[in-house]
Amino acid sequence: MLETARQYRRYEKSPVEETRAFLEKIRSEPFNAFVTIDEAGALRDARAAEELLKSPEPGALAGIPVAVKDNICTRGLRTTCASKILSDFVPTFDATVVKRLKEQGAVILGKTNLDEFAMGSTTTSSIAGPTRNPRDPSRTPGGSSGGSGAAVAAGLCAGALGSDTGGSIRMPASFCGITGLKPTYGSVSRYGLVAFASSLDQIGPMAPTARDAAVLFDAIKGHDPLDSTSVPRDYGPTELDGIDLKGLRIGVPEEFFGEGLNPEVKAAVRSGIETLEDMGGRVVQVGLPHIGYGVAVYYIVATAEASSNLARYDGVRYGLRAQDVHELSDMYARTRATGFGLEVKRRIMLGTYALSAGYYDAYYRKASQVRTLIAQDFRRAFSRCDIIAGPTTPVTAFRLDEMVDDPLSLYLLDIYTIPANLAGLPALSIPCGFDSLGLPVGMQLMAPHFREDLLLGAGISFQDRTDYHQEGP
Amino acid sequence: MKITEDEVLHVAALARIRLDDGEVRGLRSQLDKILGYMDILAAVDTAGVNPTHHPLPLVNAMRDDREQGCQELADVLRNAPQHEDGYIAVPRVIGQG
Repeated sequence: MLETARQYRRYEKSPVEETRAFLEKIRSEPFNAFVTIDEAGALRDARAAEELLKSPEPGALAGIPVAVKDNICTRGLRTTCASKILSDFVPTFDATVVKRLKEQGAVILGKTNLDEFAMGSTTTSSIAGPTRNPRDPSRTPGGSSGGSGAAVAAGLCAGALGSDTGGSIRMPASFCGITGLKPTYGSVSRYGLVAFASSLDQIGPMAPTARDAAVLFDAIKGHDPLDSTSVPRDYGPTELDGIDLKGLRIGVPEEFFGEGLNPEVKAAVRSGIETLEDMGGRVVQVGLPHIGYGVAVYYIVATAEASSNLARYDGVRYGLRAQDVHELSDMYARTRATGFGLEVKRRIMLGTYALSAGYYDAYYRKASQVRTLIAQDFRRAFSRCDIIAGPTTPVTAFRLDEMVDDPLSLYLLDIYTIPANLAGLPALSIPCGFDSLGLPVGMQLMAPHFREDLLLGAGISFQDRTDYHQEGP
Repeated sequence: MKITEDEVLHVAALARIRLDDGEVRGLRSQLDKILGYMDILAAVDTAGVNPTHHPLPLVNAMRDDREQGCQELADVLRNAPQHEDGYIAVPRVIGQG
């Protein structure tokens, strides 16, 4: 990304040529990474960027072709959430992150595939069909931002935006061998992100390298009055030269290396941590005793919030409306029966149940209390260390035809990513090795609130020393 | 058993989703298994622990009460399944036509 920006400034490449080349690749891509390609819009953005590049300080993103997950609103460009219920929805406004990308001259190539309403970890439950992993097209790219993950891994864009509610940026980053950042809750505006679970959702960058992810993160972060959960504070630029790891305390919780972790993933992550040690980091043992409850807490809290957020899809103001209905409540029930896929129905049902009379205390209230204990675990851990390191996912990318029809076993894949969402912490996934099939393994780094500088800095320094991120599919 | 088919139907009614018989059976057994897994939370001592509904200690975000622009009506209505005279139209709410 930074090299392309330099080439633009030296007139060795032009945004229009570069955009045409990416569009050409996307047109024939076999991974189904995109739901919608916006050729006309992308070329318009590219021409505007050529003007911007004539200014004295055009910024690093001018003319850089990027892709945006299809649950982030783009004015005048269909935004489907991969759902039948929004299959014809054309937003009347840009999400704040899209507005910021456009203002800085980025070229938006199109909208990437996801699990319906970002609910899933395989990018299969989409009206556009499943996305395939460029590392091995018989396998899932992970999810729910699997379209963005695949597009970045296959070189179909210079970087992409994803969203992460329980791991939806980091898991596909891990499965596709790229870098993905879930920022601190409140550091990137959610205005225009179609809401799934409002206390957990964050938009973040997915890119070939931590340096590129940092450039994208700097472009989208910052306070936004249109999102009342956006945090007003000084957001300085990220140091793109990396950081000196000497003396950095790296917390390694044994809870992240227990039962259920694939031994090859474990070995790759352990060796990644050794590299951080070789670079001067100091490993300290920390405990996160409540982390084992994370999946149970998450699938109560996230589904409860989703059941409320998705109440708006009723066939009244936008989206699908069931036909041949003669009464309003019948219209709601039939619109939602037709418009939602099975996983979305399952989660709305689970959330409605957890909030319903007689069950609220046992499920929603209990889960929200255990969420407090998980956040306390992290506070205690970060009094003894600067960052926490562990695996992003317990396994590497699995075959699409090996997928089991068992929601709970898929939910358990989120075991290492969910805690950061529950506690609102920033977390980065970077490639740290391969399994015996050559599939990428992701290492997850977590930091205290608003310390993305530590994560991206460590990620940049790690990638300057290793080449796991450069071994393409 | 954590949840019965009748409870599934009750929750579906609350969530305004019509389910067919096959979906009711499938969801009952899947939700049963998921809710069974949630039982691990019962073992956690949460006496005196405040619930967390939001990860950061933010308070209300206030702004000045000032007039500002809004979206164009024509753009908004373009997404409406049915509209009449600048209003969104829906089927009858009460009684027979």
